Amino acid sequence: MTIPVVDPDLVELAASVFADATDGNLWDTLEQTGLARLAVAEDAGGSGGSLLDLGAVLVEAGAAAAWAPLAETDLGCRLAAAAGLEVPAGPLTFALDAPLTVDGDAVSGTLTRVPWGRSAAAVVALTADSVVVLDPATATVVEGTNVAEEPRDTLSWSAATAAVAPAPEGAAAEFARWAALSRSLLLAGAARGALTRAVGYAGEREQFGRPIGRFQAVQQQLALAAAEVAAGGAAAESAARVVVRDGIAAPTAQLAVASAKVRTGQAATEVARIAHQVHGAIGFTREHDLRLTTTRLWAWRDEDGTDGDWAARIGDLTLAAGADGLWSLVTA
Amino acid sequence: MTQTLSRLPALTPPAAELPARAEALRAEVREFLADERAAGAWTPRSDVWLSGWDEDFTRRLAARGWLGMTIPAEYGGHGASPLDRYVVTEELLAAGAPVAAHWVADRQIGPSLLRHGSEAQRRKYLPGIAAGEVYFGIGMSEPDSGSDLASVRSRATKVDGGWSLTGTKVWTSGGHHAHAFFALVRTSPPEEGKRHSGLSQLIVDLHADGVTIRPIPLLTGAHHFNEVVFDDVFVPDDMVLGDVGSGWGQVTGELAFERSGPERFLSTFPLLAALVGELSGADLGPAGRRELGSLVARLWALRRMSLAVAGSLASGEAPELAAAVVKDLGTRFENEIIDAARLLVSIPPDPGAEGGYARLLADAVLHAPGFTLRGGTNEVLRGIVARGLGLR
Ligand SMILES: Cc1cc2nc3c(=O)[nH]c(=O)nc-3n(C[C@H](O)[C@H](O)[C@H](O)COP(=O)(O)OP(=O)(O)OC[C@H]3O[C@@H](n4cnc5c(N)ncnc54)[C@H](O)[C@@H]3O)c2cc1C
Repeated sequence: MTIPVVDPDLVELAASVFADATDGNLWDTLEQTGLARLAVAEDAGGSGGSLLDLGAVLVEAGAAAAWAPLAETDLGCRLAAAAGLEVPAGPLTFALDAPLTVDGDAVSGTLTRVPWGRSAAAVVALTADSVVVLDPATATVVEGTNVAEEPRDTLSWSAATAAVAPAPEGAAAEFARWAALSRSLLLAGAARGALTRAVGYAGEREQFGRPIGRFQAVQQQLALAAAEVAAGGAAAESAARVVVRDGIAAPTAQLAVASAKVRTGQAATEVARIAHQVHGAIGFTREHDLRLTTTRLWAWRDEDGTDGDWAARIGDLTLAAGADGLWSLVTA
Repeated sequence: MTQTLSRLPALTPPAAELPARAEALRAEVREFLADERAAGAWTPRSDVWLSGWDEDFTRRLAARGWLGMTIPAEYGGHGASPLDRYVVTEELLAAGAPVAAHWVADRQIGPSLLRHGSEAQRRKYLPGIAAGEVYFGIGMSEPDSGSDLASVRSRATKVDGGWSLTGTKVWTSGGHHAHAFFALVRTSPPEEGKRHSGLSQLIVDLHADGVTIRPIPLLTGAHHFNEVVFDDVFVPDDMVLGDVGSGWGQVTGELAFERSGPERFLSTFPLLAALVGELSGADLGPAGRRELGSLVARLWALRRMSLAVAGSLASGEAPELAAAVVKDLGTRFENEIIDAARLLVSIPPDPGAEGGYARLLADAVLHAPGFTLRGGTNEVLRGIVARGLGLR
């Protein structure tokens, strides 16, 4: 079997875009380079890349703490396309389990903690039985953030006109998985970003007349963090591969995505802790960049399903498999 | 405050998929194991690759073609891919089958002989390894040389037609059953500033004159470890493995095989399966389901990492850093299973039970200290990772 690979040039391109752009012009650069809708089909206005391409770019975005709704735009496009709806150009966002009332094409209700809600061109929301495409410009917006200061806004509509279509069969479970998979890839990247900083700092900062990275106690801590980065990265990448191989609806994808979200969440906690410990007080300041990755690790581990939520689902799958089915479950 | 960031090295090889052929093989192994279980041939145990010595079982595996799988047919093997072998070994370990007798020979001696052995050495040992008739130990550690393996003091001096060997090896797993081991010994003094020079691997017949093997009981009293004393043991020239003086490079290559396999996270899997059995039908509650689920998530991730390392080894690479990472995480995971088992089920460990949960837990608890020591301690592995990160 040939193993699908990601083009290294794409990863380089993404890394340089994230490194060079400012928060203000990043989205425009993403659109110009075709990264903004990388895995969206070409006839739907995207670049036609694969899920693995997108995965690699999300890892880079996480590592660079990129200020852009890349995962949200991909999900918005995916959800709208699944329902046969058109979406406008520009950055998108999405909402699952949306408690909205849909009456013909008039939509009312409030969505909380919508990522990037204030600046999205459209919100693609999945209610119990519909997919709706809403315009945030017609909403009352109350701005909020997550602990990484990324926008998480409350948007309310009252009989706003929206594009509406019936929700596809199984959409709630499948899109929860898409969201968790994207978040896992971002987490894997942010963990790598935090470790990169910590290793770099350990090589530069001197105490007792030598770089702190020469002390074995510091080395052992960084090695533990590296193991977490490796495990989170492998889990997220493998989950994306299982989804490519079997499809998001497959039972194997359920375990894979849940495991990726739990494992990257566990890694987030450990890597953020160690990266801060190695940085000492300077890493605890606003002016230092370490917080850009560590606050994202703290925010993202609890978004799109907490570690606990997904772990409980794996617990259910495990109990359903039973003692004799556990090994088959893990190796499927 | 911005900092210029250099890239980290790749911490894991790219994800690997098993070929369809390997999955067909998996089904065959499962059927074989189910038949063995149904016939009551053995009871699933924790840490079987250390303590499940069963030569009849080993020969039954050989009869199925599941030993020496990667050894070419001309030496009595099966010329299969390392990924096929991976599938067979992970199935055997997950089932808690008694694989200790052939473990070392099949895992590292076969590959080392293929890489460094002379034609005569290959002809002498490989067919017996593939047939499940010839067993090997590991002759690395000494009383004063553990983590600092290069400090070994066993010495071979040149005599007519061979070498005269004197010294002591310890912690030799299964040495009392094994036919031979590769002893890492000093054949010349180290060159100035090169402490890894002057070491060689000798193939020592454990029944040779001058070899004394004494048990070193484990904390349970079980006979697993041995002390192997060489008193002027004659080792003929044609039993030097590879080149005289290249022992260090060869032994590090051997460790790559020793460090990265599924046995580094599956030693207590049979306990996890039994735990799930105890919990099925019980009212576990949300906290318990999360505890169980997060353990299975770790297992899933570890197996994918281990497969990636296996895929990389199969394509001829030596992913030392990734293997160290998997072993560090995997051996800690083996302990985490014990913690979860104790947290979620209130059945105390019973070393006297015939089988079942209480016995699996007892064996796991009593063997746990070894998980993070054998094959290179976790601290030493983290040192390898730190070096990979450029810190030392
Ligand atoms: C179950 C089991 C089976 C074994 N089977 C075999 C066998 O068949 N053949 C064989 O040759 N050997 C075997 N061994 C031996 C094994 O390889 C050694 O135990 C291991 O290499 C550690 O050496 P040591 O026990 O002497 O501990 P030491 O090296 O003395 O280490 C003691 C402690 O100090 C720490 N330490 C040492 N050096 C450093 C350092 N540089 N930095 C940080 N911490 C350090 C270690 O991590 C450890 O915690 C076996 C061991 C076990 C437990």
